[in-house]
Amino acid sequence: MNLTEEQIDRYSRHIILKDVGGKGQEKLLNAKILIVGAGGLGAPAALYLAAAGIGTLGIADGDKVELSNLQRQIIHFTPDVGISKTISSKNKLEKLNPDVNVILYDERVYADNIIDIINDRDYDFIIDGTDNFPAKFLINDASVLLKKPFSHGGVLRFEGQTITYIPGNTCYRCIFPELPPKGAVPSCSEAGILGAIAGILGTIQATEALKYILGIGDTLKNRMLIFDALEMNFRTVDIGKSPDCPVCGNNPTITELKDYEQPVCDLKKQG
Amino acid sequence: MKLVVNGKTQDTEKNSLSVMELIKMNNVKMPDMVTVRLNKKFVDKSKYSETYLSENDKIDFLYFMGGGSYKKGIAV
Ligand SMILES: [Zn+2]
Repeated sequence: MNLTEEQIDRYSRHIILKDVGGKGQEKLLNAKILIVGAGGLGAPAALYLAAAGIGTLGIADGDKVELSNLQRQIIHFTPDVGISKTISSKNKLEKLNPDVNVILYDERVYADNIIDIINDRDYDFIIDGTDNFPAKFLINDASVLLKKPFSHGGVLRFEGQTITYIPGNTCYRCIFPELPPKGAVPSCSEAGILGAIAGILGTIQATEALKYILGIGDTLKNRMLIFDALEMNFRTVDIGKSPDCPVCGNNPTITELKDYEQPVCDLKKQG
Repeated sequence: MKLVVNGKTQDTEKNSLSVMELIKMNNVKMPDMVTVRLNKKFVDKSKYSETYLSENDKIDFLYFMGGGSYKKGIAV
């Protein structure tokens, strides 16, 4: 693959980086990344990955854009309220960079469709931009079973955490073996998220994907990055692969995917 | 006793302190939700009260974090 003159111009700030260069840019243009969830984390990740020239960008989301999303889901604009998040994303990404082939999956991920979605284009890397634990555990399990690298991201109020799963290393279940117990979930009044914090985290996830595709630097493999934006304090915690992990350990109990339930919290009911 | 909690040095007056007591001291609201890492090892949730800390121990509290949404899934 040879870069066109227009591409050399568009990606010039990548190409002059000695760790990227023309070869690296070609890797990005040949790469396939799946973003699950076009929300607070997926929106900035999708925009940066499209701008970077990721050749194939899959977006999976079954939701429609709502007014309350716009505070943080920066790929969606006010006139998009009511349309699907996938279409809204595609409209922006194609305008941002026509080099990107945007593939849409207008559905939530479940045990019975996630494998097909990942295998659809044999994605190289997956970004977990979901907002709920059933989906987070499902993405982890599917990635472990299919040996696909992925970036986990979670935010809560003013804090965020992220770890990059590279097959053979620490997975999400090595840290959190099971879903949070019912009755032990944060109440609505303790939830919420400062929009810009989702932006920090989604951008870190995009950076991890780019590093992985380029084969440069050290990913957040076997270490979880935790940050507190109120104090603006970032730290990493080393966490090795657990031999007792239910999905990637020595005697895995999870060998196929299943759907999980999670208690629902409705903000409106709480007033 | 000096401890490093979530990357920060914490000086406690007590010389005997369990993981559970530390959780309470740090105002962790839902001990059921926290996963405790002590000197690069996980502490079994059922052992929080009987696991005692020593000088210069490094403790990290890891929490479940979702995605800032209310309507679907968990409130995070
Ligand atoms: Zn694991």
